[in-house]
Amino acid sequence: MLSDSQRHHVPIIRFILIQNRAGKTRLAKWYMQFDDDEKQKLIEEVHAVVTVRDAKHTNFVEFRNFKIIYRRYAGLYFCICVDVTDNNLAYLEAIHNFVEVLNEYFHNVCELDLVFNFYKVYTVVDEMFLAGEIRETSQTKVLKQLLMLQSLE
Amino acid sequence: MPAVSKGDGMRGLAVFISDIRNCKSKEAEIKRINKELANIRSKFKGDKALDGYSKKKYVCKLLFIFLLGHDIDFGHMEAVNLLSSNRYTEKQIGYLFISVLVNSNSELIRLINNGIKNDLASRNPTFMNLALHCIANVGSREMAEAFTADIPKILVAGDTMDSVKQSAALCLLRLNRTSPDLVPMGEWTSRVVHLLNDQHLGVVTAATSLITTLAQKNPEEFKTSVSLAVSRLSRIVTSASTDLQDYTYYFVPAPWLSVKLLRLLQCYPPPEEGAVRGRLTECLETILNKAQEPPKSKKVQHSNAKNAVLFEAISLIIHHDSEPNLLVRACNQLGQFLQHRETNLRYLALESMCTLASSEFSHEAVKTHIETVINALKTERDVSVRQRAVDLLYAMCDRSNAQQIVAEMLNYLETADYSIREEIYAVDYTWYVDTILNLIRIAGDYVSEEVWYRVIQIVINRDDVQGYSAKTVFEALQAPACHENLVKVGGYILGEFGNLIAGDPRSSPLIQFNLLHSKFHLCSVPTRALLLSTYIKFVNLFPEIKATIQDVLRSDSQLRNADVELQQRAVEYLRLSCIASTDILSTPSTSTDLLGLGLAPVLNSVAPASAGGSLLVDVFSDNSPAVASLAHTAEENFSSPRIGSADVVSDDPAAAVHDADELVNKFVCKNNGVLFENQLMQIGLKSEFRQNLGEYNSRTKQVDPAVDGGAQVQQILNIECVSDFMEAPILNIQFRYGGALQNMSVKLPVTLNKFFQPTEMTSQDFFQRWKQLSIEQQHSLTVSCKSFCFIIDSPQQEVQKIFKAKHPMDTEVTKAKIIGFGVALLDMVDPNPSNFTGAGVIHTKNIQVGCLLRLEPNTQAQVRGVFIFQFYSRVLEICVCVCHIYIYIY
Repeated sequence: MLSDSQRHHVPIIRFILIQNRAGKTRLAKWYMQFDDDEKQKLIEEVHAVVTVRDAKHTNFVEFRNFKIIYRRYAGLYFCICVDVTDNNLAYLEAIHNFVEVLNEYFHNVCELDLVFNFYKVYTVVDEMFLAGEIRETSQTKVLKQLLMLQSLE
Repeated sequence: MPAVSKGDGMRGLAVFISDIRNCKSKEAEIKRINKELANIRSKFKGDKALDGYSKKKYVCKLLFIFLLGHDIDFGHMEAVNLLSSNRYTEKQIGYLFISVLVNSNSELIRLINNGIKNDLASRNPTFMNLALHCIANVGSREMAEAFTADIPKILVAGDTMDSVKQSAALCLLRLNRTSPDLVPMGEWTSRVVHLLNDQHLGVVTAATSLITTLAQKNPEEFKTSVSLAVSRLSRIVTSASTDLQDYTYYFVPAPWLSVKLLRLLQCYPPPEEGAVRGRLTECLETILNKAQEPPKSKKVQHSNAKNAVLFEAISLIIHHDSEPNLLVRACNQLGQFLQHRETNLRYLALESMCTLASSEFSHEAVKTHIETVINALKTERDVSVRQRAVDLLYAMCDRSNAQQIVAEMLNYLETADYSIREEIYAVDYTWYVDTILNLIRIAGDYVSEEVWYRVIQIVINRDDVQGYSAKTVFEALQAPACHENLVKVGGYILGEFGNLIAGDPRSSPLIQFNLLHSKFHLCSVPTRALLLSTYIKFVNLFPEIKATIQDVLRSDSQLRNADVELQQRAVEYLRLSCIASTDILSTPSTSTDLLGLGLAPVLNSVAPASAGGSLLVDVFSDNSPAVASLAHTAEENFSSPRIGSADVVSDDPAAAVHDADELVNKFVCKNNGVLFENQLMQIGLKSEFRQNLGEYNSRTKQVDPAVDGGAQVQQILNIECVSDFMEAPILNIQFRYGGALQNMSVKLPVTLNKFFQPTEMTSQDFFQRWKQLSIEQQHSLTVSCKSFCFIIDSPQQEVQKIFKAKHPMDTEVTKAKIIGFGVALLDMVDPNPSNFTGAGVIHTKNIQVGCLLRLEPNTQAQVRGVFIFQFYSRVLEICVCVCHIYIYIY
C-alpha cells in the first residue's frame, strides 16, 4: 500500500479493462506506465481473478496491491483497477455510468460495437476518464459532446 | 457489422476486422495480418501521396493490429502527419495512435509536440481537447517541459470553454505527477482553488481531483479549498434530487463530485473556523440522515450512489475522529449494513467498521456488533467478506472479549483451511500468515500455542508461502518489543526457511541470527529452548555462521545455565554441531524436541522417548500415604545436576546403598526392570540411552507432597556421560512413612557400556582395524574366561586380574549378552564360525572410543575373550571399566 506521501504520484485509476468471458480484451486503457509484457500479465491475471467469481460475491477483488472494481454485463467484464483505499461504490457506479453512455451512443451496445468501433470507444473513455481520474459524470454532457464529434466526421 | 451499417466508419477497416474475426486459426490470422501489413507498407512507400482518409484508415488498421498483440514498427510518421490535418476524425486517429503506441522516440516527440502546440493555440475547443488528452495520456517529460507553462493559462483563462478546462485541469494533474519539478506553482494556484465555485459541475469535478493532489503535497497553500469545498458540498447535499439536472444520477445529486469533495477534506484536519466546521457537521449529519430515509428508487444504482457518498462521509468522520456523536451514528449505520442482503454493503461495512474500531469514541459501539461479525465469519460465501470479518474481529479485540474472539477464530481457522484450499490463489495463504501474525501482535497474551502451531503447519505444507513467511516474520521481529509468541514463530520459521531470504544482504544469516539472539535473554525458558533449536538448524542452513553459533552455545550462560533444559540443549547442540556432518544435521529429525515443537500439543505431556535416553523411575508405594522426595546425587563423572525436590539426603551415598552390585549387575545387559523392592516401595526402571546422553530431566516435576498407597509416581532423570567411570550414580530417596523419616539410596544401574553405540562393519574393516590396533599394542587387553585374566599390554603399565567364570557358555545366550552389552554383533565376520565378534563406540562428552570385541570359546566349553581398544589417552581406564562390567555377564 502506498503511504500518504506517495499517493499523489499515482493516478487513482491504474487501468480500465473490458474483457469477454473468453479473456479477449475489448478495451485496455492504461493510466500508469507498464511495459507490454506486464500489461499482458495484468490482463491475464485480472481475467483469472474476476471470471471465477459468481453473482453472490462482491464486485470488489483485492489484486496485487490494488483492488479491482468490476461489473459483468452479459458476456463482458468491465474492470477498473484502483487503490485499495478508494471508494468502491463510486467506481462501481462509474462503470455503470460509462456503460449507459456506451449503450446510448451505440444504440443498445453489444460486444461487436466495441470491436468494430474500438477507436471511438477510446474517445468515450477520454471524455469520462482522464489521467486516471473521473473527468465528466453527466451522461447528457458526454453524449452531447460525442454527438457533436460524430457530426464532424 | 454494426459499424458498416451505420455508414459512418471506414469501410476498409470494417472489412479487415471482419476478415480477422473470420480467421479459423492463429496461422490464418497471422497470414491475413502479414498481407495487410505488406499492403499498408507499399501504400506508405508508394509514389502517390495518400489522401487524409486513406492515411487515417491505414493508421487505424495498424493500431488494430497492434491491439491484437502484434508488433508494429512503422506508420509512426504517417500518424504524426495526421495531427496536422484539419479534419477531426483524421486528427483523432493520429492522436490515438500516438497515445497507444509512441514511446519516447525523441525525433518523433519533437514533431508530436509541434502538432500539439498548434492545436493548443488553435482556439478550436475540439482540437484543444484532443491535444490535452494526448498530453494527459502520454505524460512524458518532454511534454511536461514543452507545455507546463501553457496549460495553467488555458485552465484559468476566462474565455476557455468548460470542456477544455476539464481536460486542462486533469492534464496539469498528470504532468504534476510525472514531473512535479517542472510544474511551477504560481498565481494560478489560487485561481485553481476558485474553480470549486465554478458554475459547471464537470469543471468542479475535474478541478477537485487536481486540487486534492496539489493539497496533499502543499496543504498550506491550498488551505482555502476547505471552506470552498464545504460550501460546495453543502449545496449539493441539501439540493433537491432534481436541482442538479445533468449531474443527478438515479436521484442522487452529484455523487462522484460529493465523494471527491469529501476526499479533498480528508487532506485536512477538522476546519478551525467555527462556521465552516458547523456547516460541515450539518452536511455529514444530512448524509447520515438520508441513509435512513426510504429509497427514492429500488434500483441498485440509486443505493450504490447514495452509499458511495455515505461511506466517504464516514471515512471523513473517522479521519477527523473528533465528533463522538457522528462516530457512533456512523457505527450504527454500518451495523445495519452488516445484515444487508447486498454482499457489497456487508463487505464495505465490515471494512469501514474496522477503522472505526480504532477510535476511542466508537470502539465500544463497534464491539456491540460482535455476534453479527462472528456470524459473518461462519456464513459468508465470499472469502473476501470473511477476511474482512476476521480483520474486524482483530480490530475489536480487547481484554473484555479476547477469549470469545480467539475461540471463534480458532473455530474459523479449522474450516478456513478447507475454504482456503478451494481458493486458487496463493495470496490467501499469505493473508492467512499475515492474519495470524497480526493476531499474535494484537492479542499475543490470549493466543494459545495452538494458534502458532497452526500457522507453522500451514507454512510447512505450503512451499509457496515459505519465503513470504520468512520475510514477514523477519520484518515483524524488527520491532523492538515483540510478543514472545512472535519470537517463537520467528525462531521456528527462520530456522526452517531462513535460507530463503538469506540472499538478501539485509537478512543475511548473521543478521537473522543476531536478530533472534537479541530477543533470547528476554524470553522464557521454553522459548529460549526453541531458539537454541533454531540455532542448531542455522548451523545446518548456514555453515558460515557455525563458529558464531558455537561461541554462543559454548558461553557460560548456556552451558552452565541454571535451567537443565537449556543446559541440556546447549550441551547437546554444541556437541552435535562439532561432530555431526551436514548429512546428519540435514536429515529430518523425527524427534519432536529437535524440532523444538510438539507437533500436537498433547505430545508435551508425553516424554519424548526419542529425544535422548530416558531413565524412568517409577515410585510405588504400598499402603499408607508417603511423602516422597527424590534426590539424586550425581557422581563427579556425571554432569547431570541435582534434581527434584528440596532435600538432598546424604553426602555419603555409600552409607545406605542397597545391595548395590547385585541389582546393578542385572541391568548391565537390559534397560527395564525392577530396580529395588522392599516392604515400603518398589522402584521400577525404564531407561533409554543415546550416545552420551540419558533422558534429561526437564520434565521432572516436583513430586506431589503425598503419594497414595498403591499409586505410582514417575520421575525422569537425565544423565550425561562426561568421561569413563567405574562407580554408578546413586539415587537417594527420602520420604516420611508413618511419621518416620525414611532414607534409602539405590545405585542407578548406569554402567559405561550403556553409552555404547553399536557399529556395523564388514569383515575386511574389522580385521584391518583389529590388526592395526594389535600392531599398536598400546593398550590391548585380554580376558581369559578360564580364569578371567586381564592382561593389558602397555609400555607403561601391566594390569592383571583373575576372576572365576560363573556360567557355562551357550551360543544363543552369549549372542544376546553381546547385543545387550551395547555393541553390534557382527555375524559372518570372523572366519571361525564359533567365534563372536562385536564393535561399538563408547560416547562420552569428551571422547568417543571405538571398541572391537572378539570372543573365542575354547575347547573346554569355556570362553577366551579378547578386547582390543583403540588407543586414546584415557583408554586404559575404559578398558578396565568395560572389562569390569563385562565380567558381570559371566
